[in-house]
Amino acid sequence: MTAIFKREFKAYFTSPTGYIFLGFSLLLAGWFFAAGNLSTSSADMSSFFSSLGIIFIFLVPMLTMRLIAEDKRNKTDQLLLTSPVTITKIVLGKFFSAISLFGISLLIMVIYPLIMLIYGQPPIGNIIALYIGFFLLGVSLLSIGLFISALTESQITSAIVSFGVMLLLWLADWVSATLGNPIATTIIGWVSVLKRFEEFTMGILNLSSIIYYITFSAIFVFLTIQVIEKKRWS
Amino acid sequence: MQMIEIKNLTKRYGKKKAVDNISFTVEKGEILGFLGPNGAGKTTTMNILTGYISSNEGTVTVDGFDILKNPEEVKKRIGYLPENPPLYMDMTVIEYLNFVYDLKNVKLIKKEHLNEIMNLVKITDVSMRLIKNLSKGYKQRVGLAQALIGNPEILVLDEPTVGLDPKQINEIRELIKKLGKERTIILSSHILPEVSAICGRVIIINKGKIAASDTLENISKNISSSKTIVARIEGDLEGVTGVISAIEGVHSVSSKQCIEEGSNDYTISAADGFDIRRPLFYALSEKKLPILMLNDQTLSLEDVFLQLTTVEKSVSKVEGEKE
Repeated sequence: MTAIFKREFKAYFTSPTGYIFLGFSLLLAGWFFAAGNLSTSSADMSSFFSSLGIIFIFLVPMLTMRLIAEDKRNKTDQLLLTSPVTITKIVLGKFFSAISLFGISLLIMVIYPLIMLIYGQPPIGNIIALYIGFFLLGVSLLSIGLFISALTESQITSAIVSFGVMLLLWLADWVSATLGNPIATTIIGWVSVLKRFEEFTMGILNLSSIIYYITFSAIFVFLTIQVIEKKRWS
Repeated sequence: MQMIEIKNLTKRYGKKKAVDNISFTVEKGEILGFLGPNGAGKTTTMNILTGYISSNEGTVTVDGFDILKNPEEVKKRIGYLPENPPLYMDMTVIEYLNFVYDLKNVKLIKKEHLNEIMNLVKITDVSMRLIKNLSKGYKQRVGLAQALIGNPEILVLDEPTVGLDPKQINEIRELIKKLGKERTIILSSHILPEVSAICGRVIIINKGKIAASDTLENISKNISSSKTIVARIEGDLEGVTGVISAIEGVHSVSSKQCIEEGSNDYTISAADGFDIRRPLFYALSEKKLPILMLNDQTLSLEDVFLQLTTVEKSVSKVEGEKE
């Protein structure tokens, strides 16, 4: 698993992907922070993360589009699947590599509350809740991208479909409101990962939300493994 | 000792059977050639054997381990070079080999082991180059190096010489022979001379079924065993033809005038499985008709291959009667 993790993580930086991802996410985060917190002298980071969430709808497919689709296209999956490694380990290695790159960008963003600490007393508890919540949200989005990457051989298809699905999730509340059907609302409410994040923006670190995100990601990792496994049988 | 046992293997893609009820075994230390036209099911069989895809029916046992129950034990023992070497183009050769070493969780001393393999397949001088910049021949060698990592007891090579120039083909063949001294190798090819040069035993596969399985000499002997012979016989045409036609197993006789006075050349084809040379001799000598020449029309390897893979009917008959 570590071998795959290391290879995948390195691959982000042998192509422009890693640099573009880090560059864009940090550039926009910096701008949101400057505009939303510095210029308004506000210590509330909830709007910062709400804006960042939308940006990540665009950025996450960039990290995940390659993961499994590329191996299928280049037939390097023949090496992976005929090596004495389980599919679970292959998928997790790839998943963790994407999580790591995402985690690194988030870690760099810890600079912002540190800057605020120098000049005042920001609500540390709230901010920690936000970072944890945003990390979990990101992992969930990555798991969706991972799953979609396993469905196709084309990275472009993988990216576009991932982006579309995440956009739908973002619009889910609006969609469920227009439907007016209570059952549909419940179902959409369950898959609406971005809505869950609102709790964190209110500074609530709710165990059920944490479990929700972890379960959500686990389900998609599981589905990814099933898709690869099923392809071997068809 | 039996290294690989494949039993009643079937793989379907939709309704099409890519592999149809194949069974064979491979002994330890054997170099087995897998021969067949394109689309015969060679690659599918190899993909199943190495655990890349699963079969619909049948079992694969490697060194006593079932591929479905103990996939990791099986995969540990097999080095696989697929038709397109599974290379990561964005890595250098040495990075790639390091990755494969880690991936396969090899326990040998890393640097020593990788250097040994790189020397063996002669890629030491390109070890720092990006794989995407290598020529086809070198890519093939890196693919082979990848299969050798961890010193697996079994090597499965899918058309290892395809797309190489003649010099490279020779080098790879020599290398495979060398490797075959201490390993079990399954090699697929649609090139006959290649298989006859390297392999001890051959399995000819066509349309997902095994058409023949033996040494190449035996296969060609079985197929060509006096099926068609040309004989020059002295005597009048009708009489000789009558005698020949009366022999059991004779399928057809045709005659042609020849340069020798008073004799004709007869092309006699026998039904499958009959060797008519002896009955022919006795029948003619009884009637005092001397045979001046008897020529067995031996088939070349290419003929055998073509016959096995195109004339299915006669092949299945030969197979059936052999049993």
